[in-house]
Amino acid sequence: MSEDLLVRAKNLNVKFVSRDATVHAVNGVDFQLAQREVLCILGESGSGKSVTLRAIMGLNPRGKTVVEGELNVCGQDVVGASEAQMSQLRGRQVAMIFQEPMTALDPVFTIGRQIAETIVRHESISYKDALARALDLLELVQIPSAKRRLEAYPHELSGGLRQRAMIAIALSCKPKLLLADEPTTALDATVQIQILLLLRRLQQELGMGVIFVTHDLGVAGEIADRIAVMYAGRFVEEGPVRDVMRAPLHPYAQGLLGATVHAGLRGKRLTTIPGAPPDLRAIAPGCSFAPRCAMVEAACRADLPNLRSPEPGRSARCIHVNEAA
Amino acid sequence: MLQLPTMPDRGGPAQPLLIVQNLVKHFPLKGGLFGQGGKVQAVDGIDFEIRKGETLGIVGESGCGKSTASRLIMSLIEPTDGEIIFDGEKVGTAALPLKEYRRQVQMVFQDSYASLNPRLSIEESIAFGPMVHGLGRSRAIPRAHDLLTAVGLAPAQFAHRYPHELSGGQRQRVNIARALALRPRMLILDEPVSALDKSVEAQVLNMLLDLKAQFELTYLFISHDLNVVQHVADRVLVMYLGRVAEIGPVDSIFAAPQHPYTQALLASRPSMDPDRRRTEPPITGDPPNPVNPPSGCRFRTRCSLAEDICASATPPLGTTGPMHQAACHIVAPGSGHSMASREAA
Repeated sequence: MSEDLLVRAKNLNVKFVSRDATVHAVNGVDFQLAQREVLCILGESGSGKSVTLRAIMGLNPRGKTVVEGELNVCGQDVVGASEAQMSQLRGRQVAMIFQEPMTALDPVFTIGRQIAETIVRHESISYKDALARALDLLELVQIPSAKRRLEAYPHELSGGLRQRAMIAIALSCKPKLLLADEPTTALDATVQIQILLLLRRLQQELGMGVIFVTHDLGVAGEIADRIAVMYAGRFVEEGPVRDVMRAPLHPYAQGLLGATVHAGLRGKRLTTIPGAPPDLRAIAPGCSFAPRCAMVEAACRADLPNLRSPEPGRSARCIHVNEAA
Repeated sequence: MLQLPTMPDRGGPAQPLLIVQNLVKHFPLKGGLFGQGGKVQAVDGIDFEIRKGETLGIVGESGCGKSTASRLIMSLIEPTDGEIIFDGEKVGTAALPLKEYRRQVQMVFQDSYASLNPRLSIEESIAFGPMVHGLGRSRAIPRAHDLLTAVGLAPAQFAHRYPHELSGGQRQRVNIARALALRPRMLILDEPVSALDKSVEAQVLNMLLDLKAQFELTYLFISHDLNVVQHVADRVLVMYLGRVAEIGPVDSIFAAPQHPYTQALLASRPSMDPDRRRTEPPITGDPPNPVNPPSGCRFRTRCSLAEDICASATPPLGTTGPMHQAACHIVAPGSGHSMASREAA
């Protein structure tokens, strides 16, 4: 594996097995993430975007999850890794931030203690030095009157400040890769843009790679270098942010763009995608989007379309996309 | 047998369907670490009207009081002060008792699952309201089936299902069908599409616009999503910390916002263009705590244009254009703010 790659996934499959059913959450995902690159995984609920993110961190429930394929994160094979190996990876190399900071933070410890604890766990420094680092981190994430906020409990902070504190914890051991699972979805509009700009600045200053999961095309447009559109556990389209947002190739990505409410549509009917996403307990052969697609043909239902690349750096899983000559 | 027809129009087209006057709701804080006496000023004196057949959108961030306002209008909670006048009659008087009022005004909530009874099948949920109002079961059930058809769910397939067997978008359609079951004249939609995926959100928004025309409805549409409000609303009311910051026609609010908060809110939207990304946030910080709001103008702590006058005096809601009002000292002539014109017009 090239040294430059932070993440390399090849034919990644994640299944959740229970007595009643097997849910095929991720069905053959291939992607790579270079150093300092920001990849947004865009998809609706149930598309497998969060499961993919958790697979990278090894956070899907053990015993119920079957992970197959290749998944290499910062040089470590994650599929066959032991819990001890994963725990070396987590925090120091890969960190994660979540949608809801109130449930991700521990309500009975102060912010300062939670940050310092993380640093002491991973690096051999004293608690006092770690606390000093915690103060620097709170300033890094632009928390006003940081010194006072070290002593604050999560419930004493506003939503935006809590999200900043969670980012501070994630960054405390200088990870190479930051995984972000809808970190701005629960925030107000005026706070969301602040957190997005902060994440973008930190990513550039610290040189991190970021995988950012969102359902919001506008959010992806503010932060991504590349966008991957996920549907029914597969990447149906991947490409540079400009190309995907201006001229998506896959009919699902086109539908998503058309269904996103934006200015200039007033009085007109919104384009909708009819129907609903498929049941992941029984994956039908062929393209998963075929039952909802306006351009469907017999061939779509017969076999799963290959990823086709009309130009370098772009690909889509649709038979209507022409492969570059 | 009772038919439950639509209630007749009483005041004529010129009479606003709903008038809200000086509506106030303070929630007292009891005991706790900080002692007695505090109160959350969730809604602190709002006035507005909704005309017949229009859609009024209310936007604002969490804690601004938009949901409290909707619950006050629905009479789900008692106001601290103020009154609500529906089609010329004060709500809760002999002329318009609460039960009659609630037949004419119905509500749809954000959480489609929590707002349906899990032990009732879909048709029973929709038929429940009409039966409470005296319609027999033999009439209420066929009517529930008609309403299911109107919201795009085939009765043969869905009528006997239970809420947990439906997707979020389907449940929200059921909630809308239930709200329509009493033939209301107005719907209060409190973040009706916020919990839905984008492709489903578009389906439900299209359907809401169709139903509005089909059933001649008036909408009060509450959302934190400015794009959605711009799409559906005729007029927009912007709330900040329990007060009205700005109100006006949708086009002039979005093209020429007068209040600095509205300007910041609009500028906070993602650009949808990777080549024109923002570099600086329009405003910093979070909305303040409504327990202890700033004096004077409540937005002044986050406003880059704030001056001394903003802390000492509460800006009144003043007219800035046709049907357009904003509560800011800058747009009030003679207010004393350095950017306001000197003389009162």
